[in-house]
Amino acid sequence: MNDDSLTAIETKLGLSRRSFMQFCTAMAATMGLPKGADAEIAQAIASPHRPPVIWLHFQECTGCTESLLRADHPTLDALILDVISLDYHETLFAAAGHQAEAARKASMAANKGKYVLIVEGAIPVKDGGIYCKIGGQTALDMVKECAAGAAAVIAIGSCAAWGGMPSTGPNPTGSTGVPEIIKDKPVVTIPGCPASPYNLLSTVVHFLTFGKLPELDEKGRPKFAYSRLIHENCERRAHFDAGRFAQEFGDEGHRKGFCLYKLGCKGPETYANCPSILFGDVGSGSWPVGTGHPCIGCSEQGIGFTKPIHALAEPKYILPPVSYPRIVEEQGQGVSVASAAVVAGIAGAALGAGVVMGRNLGKDKDDKSTGKD
Amino acid sequence: MKIAPLGGPLITKTTVTAAILTVLMAGLILYRFVFGLGAVTNLNNGYPFGLWIVYDLVIGTAFACGGYGMALLVYVLNKGEYHALVRPALLASMFGYTLGGVSVIFDIGRWWNAWHIITPGWANPTSVMFEVGACITLYCLVMWIEFTPAFLEKWAPPKSRKALGKVMYVFIALGVLLPTMHQSSLGTLLVPFGFRLHPLWQTHLLPPLFLISALCMGYAMVVFEATLVSKAYRRPSEADLLARLSKYISGLLVAYLALRWGGLAVEGKLALAFDSGGLSTMFLFENLLFALPILLLSSDKGRRNPQTLFIAAVCMLLAGSLYRLDAFLLATDRPGWHYFPAIGEILVSVGIVAVEVLAYVVFVKMLPVLEVADEGGPVLHTVKRADLAATTQE
Repeated sequence: MNDDSLTAIETKLGLSRRSFMQFCTAMAATMGLPKGADAEIAQAIASPHRPPVIWLHFQECTGCTESLLRADHPTLDALILDVISLDYHETLFAAAGHQAEAARKASMAANKGKYVLIVEGAIPVKDGGIYCKIGGQTALDMVKECAAGAAAVIAIGSCAAWGGMPSTGPNPTGSTGVPEIIKDKPVVTIPGCPASPYNLLSTVVHFLTFGKLPELDEKGRPKFAYSRLIHENCERRAHFDAGRFAQEFGDEGHRKGFCLYKLGCKGPETYANCPSILFGDVGSGSWPVGTGHPCIGCSEQGIGFTKPIHALAEPKYILPPVSYPRIVEEQGQGVSVASAAVVAGIAGAALGAGVVMGRNLGKDKDDKSTGKD
Repeated sequence: MKIAPLGGPLITKTTVTAAILTVLMAGLILYRFVFGLGAVTNLNNGYPFGLWIVYDLVIGTAFACGGYGMALLVYVLNKGEYHALVRPALLASMFGYTLGGVSVIFDIGRWWNAWHIITPGWANPTSVMFEVGACITLYCLVMWIEFTPAFLEKWAPPKSRKALGKVMYVFIALGVLLPTMHQSSLGTLLVPFGFRLHPLWQTHLLPPLFLISALCMGYAMVVFEATLVSKAYRRPSEADLLARLSKYISGLLVAYLALRWGGLAVEGKLALAFDSGGLSTMFLFENLLFALPILLLSSDKGRRNPQTLFIAAVCMLLAGSLYRLDAFLLATDRPGWHYFPAIGEILVSVGIVAVEVLAYVVFVKMLPVLEVADEGGPVLHTVKRADLAATTQE
């Protein structure tokens, strides 16, 4: 990429070249992409072509959007808003009412097969989906309509990914995730409550750069972010292995930052990259376990919002050791009477034998000297 | 004049006593293998090296340097006249080293992983422990090969001995090189102790001091053993040879003391030798034991007197042992930690000595190790080079 395009980036995004390249490298690293991918990413982001994005909100708290906006990365909001063309987003729209709906329909018609659909929030399906309507249209109907012409569908947050909090029993509205409704094309799910904004950003940037989605697991989650248990990379893992646990909030172990497993941490059964990339860009320790609260497994279906927060996790394959090292180290005791007696006995016997031996040798010599020649 | 089995009954008071102690040790080791180090020893994290390492390995292999010392003298310095002392010394060294090496397995917490020490892919070749471990293992093997002619003379056709004789020089060379490496490395082992080892012992000369004192102990053991054996089996004394050997020993002792004190002087630590309280006493006692044999062996009369020789040998053995005991245990500063060997530990160390004695007795009675006089004739130790060549061929 040449200087001109970099200068263009500076003016377009209000970012210095250095910050921009740092951002691209960080993106490539987050996704575990090979060397050189950062340059491709830079190229893709710098290109004047901006893919249109339609962002739908259903049964949710807008937390995913909020956390994305509050990501503290230098002008990340500027980047995401300038790199993509956000044609419809209910939280960020200036337009309202029928005007907004018209913009959505116009964009869908103009960019058919090219736009990216991002869904935030669960979709109620009970009673024909009447429990969530926008402009008189049910969420169920709307997501089907928008997905039909989308190049890619991304479900952000646990609600859109698998139903999340709204789907927790008794689930009166029949909330479900997007993959349950859109079956004819792959849906990328980025669960989390909220989902880490960088996982969404990385997925979008990957799509922008390579024209395809990143590698996904069987639940549609990008493997770069969800292939490892939280427990695997947890900063408190050493305490788990050594058997040092906080037993209750505020006890000595809790204050010392011991493992939170016994307080119900779901790290051993939840797949996410929280311990690696943390949250909210405010430095080390900025994720639930880092602040001293057990992981609630918000990204994992069947765990987050389902299992009680303080119920013990079922470790997937990393089990606690069979036995733990002692906490109080025995420092040994001094001489015992018995062992001192044994040592003295042996020393005495050796001394005695030595003396007798020496004497005999003397005698021997005398014998010899007398007997010699 | 030839090397031949001594013969005689194998069941004696000595062998029975040694066998009982050996069985006791075997039981304790089995117990330790099943129930762990804590069940038998008083070792703790402050004192991970105890009696088994310090006595069985560090002191034990130095005692077993007789074979090394004799090989150095006979094959490197080409003093063929001492050849009669080589095989018995080698035998004792072989047992000393083998048991010292085996005792390391007793001392390893996860003893079933002991093979990791020398297995490529598991071993850590940047560790001084690896140097010691690998070198001692290899040296044990080399010594058994060096001793093979004794087995072959008894059981195999002469042809096989000839074949082995052709490559023996390789093993003899290794048999001199390897102990030079690991005996000095045992000193290097203390360098990582850093300030925890008292400055009187923590010096830049640890490796040469360990090497020279090991040689002194090895030669002392040769003298000690020769005296003991000639007494026990009523064999003619090897006093002539020993008298000449003791001249070399005196030289080594002088070299040791010069390095010990010279090193302290250069490092400006001489005052510590006198104002370190109890440790000063230990240090001075240690050095006194090194110095006493020089005095005892200074006159020709002293060197020819088996009693004086014996006392000098015992002094040297004690001196080297005390030096090692001080450096590895007594002169180390480990606040809050305590260690004194448990009865089980002591009995295992005693058992190891018993195994050595037992095996030595059995071997000299059954295999050609010691020189025996021809019927009635006096033993003359004026072996010339030609005779040496002949005995090597035998």
